[in-house]
Amino acid sequence: MNALSVQNLTVTYDKTPVLQHVGFDIPKGSLTGIIGPNGAGKSTLIKAILQLIPRTSGDIQVYGKPYHRKRRLIGYVPQRSEVDWDFPTSALDVVLMGRYGHIGFIKRPGKKEIQMAQEALRKVGMEDYQDRQISQLSGGQQQRVFLARALAQDARIYFMDEPFVGVDAATEKAIIQLMQEWKDEGKTVLVVHHDLQTVEDYFDHVLLLNKSPVGCGPTQKVFTMENLKQTYGGSLKFIGEHSVVLQERV
Amino acid sequence: MSYDAWILLTGSLVGLTCGVTGALLVLRKMSMLADAISHTVLLGIVGAFFVTQSLNGLPMFIGAAIVGVLTAFFVQMLDSSGVQSDAAIGVVFTSLFALGVVLISFVGDSVHLDVEHALMGEIAFIPWDTLNFQGMNLGPKAVWMLGSVFLINILVITLFYKEIKLTTFDPQFAVLLGIPVMFIHYLLMGMISLSTVASFDSVGAILVVAMLIVPGATAYLLTDRFLVLLILSGLIGILSAITGFAFAVWSNVSIAGSIACATGLYFILAFIFSPKHGVLMKKIRNDKFSSSQP
Repeated sequence: MNALSVQNLTVTYDKTPVLQHVGFDIPKGSLTGIIGPNGAGKSTLIKAILQLIPRTSGDIQVYGKPYHRKRRLIGYVPQRSEVDWDFPTSALDVVLMGRYGHIGFIKRPGKKEIQMAQEALRKVGMEDYQDRQISQLSGGQQQRVFLARALAQDARIYFMDEPFVGVDAATEKAIIQLMQEWKDEGKTVLVVHHDLQTVEDYFDHVLLLNKSPVGCGPTQKVFTMENLKQTYGGSLKFIGEHSVVLQERV
Repeated sequence: MSYDAWILLTGSLVGLTCGVTGALLVLRKMSMLADAISHTVLLGIVGAFFVTQSLNGLPMFIGAAIVGVLTAFFVQMLDSSGVQSDAAIGVVFTSLFALGVVLISFVGDSVHLDVEHALMGEIAFIPWDTLNFQGMNLGPKAVWMLGSVFLINILVITLFYKEIKLTTFDPQFAVLLGIPVMFIHYLLMGMISLSTVASFDSVGAILVVAMLIVPGATAYLLTDRFLVLLILSGLIGILSAITGFAFAVWSNVSIAGSIACATGLYFILAFIFSPKHGVLMKKIRNDKFSSSQP
């Protein structure tokens, strides 16, 4: 069964199409890396699917139902730079925000929610920092707070936007562990990723994107030299560095 | 209650109401929108006068709330259709305010409504404009207006506390969760409009901006907690009103002016001496750091 199905998705900024007729299916329980050059529209794709930015056209289905009816099933780890970390709040409070969608309008988070948030913090190794103001956390720790918030959402499909950018080794490990755990629980994960070296280690599925999809499917099948050349176009030199990795596999 | 006590109470209520509500604007990085709304509500007040032919509290509130929210709406509209956001504020605020200025000149001399009063207010006249019920003097109208607006604001903040917090910190995530981000935005704009109108008679459109923004900006330097920041901001507003009033009486100067000056003074104090974010402590910390590293 497909956890996510995107059809004919087009996003336009000032009449310039950023994404054109994007369509793909993501099977349940897969770990998908969204790969493509800078400006390929990777983050835009995620945001358009999550309806955070307006789209010109497109149909998004989650477990065979329209997106807006399955909103509860969606978890999201945005790029760290999307929020102001000077905001006066603690790590625990940010993680609690992951529960807001379940608590409902007007109501307050109770003991159960706080326990869930603390558990999420513990899972990413941040239990000692729950009362810390978020600007006093390192970049990696902030990323882990966002991971914990997604964890607290208890979603079925997770979207992550460049989670590995600028994080320390401990955080990288926490992200990989979490992705694996989600996969084992039958959850679906989509990650915007730009490091070609690690694609085969992290993901069993890839979506190659350059304004429109070049390929989508199991990594073994789709992550090929030919497809990469087509995705990255003129930047052959860049691909050259990674061709070693690809050839080793063959 | 004595004349002075009423003025002090009015000033404190302005400080409290504007402090708590304005802090939210500071956190949302929308301080200039307060400037805009504080001026455009004049149009709402004049509009309400033309409809009802009186300067009654309730229609004035409704008119001001409508124009305040409209201001926010127009700014949002221009902004999302490609106009720079600061230019959008500049365009909307001046045009709506100008319209209010033009309309106000049609109001006869018999009515106490003029541009200077709207811009500057006069807190010293407040105790004489009282609310009377069946011959009983219930105290100044301004106190009743400010008190009601404060209660409304507190009610809204209490009810939508977590929604306000999330939409301020991470609006995209709020959209993802299905929280009506725009509704919360206009709710806040409505609160700002009401606070402005209620403070109009006392401090006027220009100084009300100081009451909305400065206590929040000061509290921001003093705490790392959202709720504490809101409360602290309100307290700084009250403190500014008390010290400002004392100074005005002592040196016989404009009351509203010294209250606004007091907010500025507290901001400077926090800016220098705040234990966490003050420039002095930062310097001491840096010196320690550099001396410990040979």
